[in-house]
Amino acid sequence: MLVLDHVGKTYPNGVHALEGISLTVVPGEILVVIGGSGCGKSTMLRAISGLDTPSQGTVSLDDAAITAPREEIGIIFQEPRLLPWLTVADNVGFGLDGVPREERHARVQRALTRVGLADKANVWPRELSGGQAQRAAIARALVPRPQVLLLDEPFSALDAFTRADLQVHLLDLWAELKPTLIMVTHDVEEAVVLADRIMVMCPRPGRLYEEIACDLPRPRDRQSAAFDFVKRRVLSALDRSLDRAVITDAGEVKATQGSGLWW
Amino acid sequence: MSLFFMTATAEQSATERAAPKETAKQAPQSLLSRLAWPTLGLVLPVTLAAGWEIAVGLGLSSGRLLPPPSVIFDTFVDLAATGELQRHALATLSRVAAGFICGVTAGTLVGAIAGYSALTHRLVDPTLQALRSIPSIAWVPLFILWFGIFEASKIILIAVGVFFPVYLGVMGAVISVDRKIVEVGRVFRLSGPAMVWRILLPAVMPAYVISLRAGLGLGWMFVVAAEFLGASTGLGFLLIDGQQLGKPAQIVAAIVAFAILGKFTDFLIAAIAAPFLRWEDRFARS
Repeated sequence: MLVLDHVGKTYPNGVHALEGISLTVVPGEILVVIGGSGCGKSTMLRAISGLDTPSQGTVSLDDAAITAPREEIGIIFQEPRLLPWLTVADNVGFGLDGVPREERHARVQRALTRVGLADKANVWPRELSGGQAQRAAIARALVPRPQVLLLDEPFSALDAFTRADLQVHLLDLWAELKPTLIMVTHDVEEAVVLADRIMVMCPRPGRLYEEIACDLPRPRDRQSAAFDFVKRRVLSALDRSLDRAVITDAGEVKATQGSGLWW
Repeated sequence: MSLFFMTATAEQSATERAAPKETAKQAPQSLLSRLAWPTLGLVLPVTLAAGWEIAVGLGLSSGRLLPPPSVIFDTFVDLAATGELQRHALATLSRVAAGFICGVTAGTLVGAIAGYSALTHRLVDPTLQALRSIPSIAWVPLFILWFGIFEASKIILIAVGVFFPVYLGVMGAVISVDRKIVEVGRVFRLSGPAMVWRILLPAVMPAYVISLRAGLGLGWMFVVAAEFLGASTGLGFLLIDGQQLGKPAQIVAAIVAFAILGKFTDFLIAAIAAPFLRWEDRFARS
């Protein structure tokens, strides 16, 4: 179980990016964090990954505090971040340093096959398309079999077709090992396609604004009325989350009743 | 599901479209263009040399101050036959090698530390930048005073010349290693040495090779300066000897030897480095 307890982050330059985030994510859950830019989504994800340490509060996985990157936690960034001097196979096997050669080779091959890049094992990263490179990055993060996989807007740089393809693909991969998935995005449709639970964040400083359960059966039909309903809920929450930031100076009155279900 | 199918085929056709372009690029070039390209660079020097040879042969010039290529070639062969050329070339080459190794070692270490640690950078870089702006020939009298007129002062002068480009190259490369790439190393919990070996070293490799080649070029420059000032062997000595005894053919022969050795050692570095740099996504593929 992943627990965030009153996590806050103030950067050395004085930017107050995150305040009072408390959150519990159960194993195997898919949590999507959504919000406008600058609302601390990525900061929160970096705190969970151990790349940055929070200034207040604690992040813990199974009761052990996370203070540095850990083996059980994998992360996929917005860019593939493949190492250009390693072949695709070596990139995917990068995190398997202690594993014997044959086993490493087998696991890398299996992972590449799962993401549909088996024939690209020995090419350089520069020879991959954007979607292929991001799939290689997914394989690299999954190969060490993490308990928790963090995704920081992983598909935002891809075209709509490739993005939809990879969303479905990600769910297939998730179904195999069922890691906890925490994904940050600003794409509402992506959130509704993937999430068990959607967290809407609001900016200045970044806080949790609203929690929306999303228990549509999978695979989810993007055209269905139920899908559209959840999507509208998320959109309206997003709108309100941004409004609230504007009127904070006028008073906190609206803040407390922020989750009025007007429909 | 239909959307999934559609996107899959869309991507597939995209890779198929990309494939023929790739093979076309790698297709063997025609024999003519493969032979013509490297030889194109020879047209200018060969024409000039042949022109000068003919001019001297026709008596348009005596060729006393600039001997024609045939005379230079004869001198070159004569010097090689007596073993003189090899002796002098070897002396020069060993000085460059010793100075290069010292300069590269110091430049790499100091450059890497100054690039890695901000404190060291603040501490050391201003001084080194100031020293760098001193024309290195200005050190010669001091080095002779300190280290004598024999090998030590020459090697140290060359090492100083090699040090600065290597230091600058390594320091700049380490500073500009992409934070995003370093974070990948952190995510996989690399230890300090593993981070250097698996992330930083490969990342700075292209810039490092360029700085090595720049350093080597300066090494060849400085060996001549060193040998002008009191040497009894070396190609630089051949130059001075040719001037004092009025033998321009010997001077040009020594210059040609410099050109050959300089080009060859530079090629050597490039060739050794090439396998480590195959991954580069370069603008020009030679």
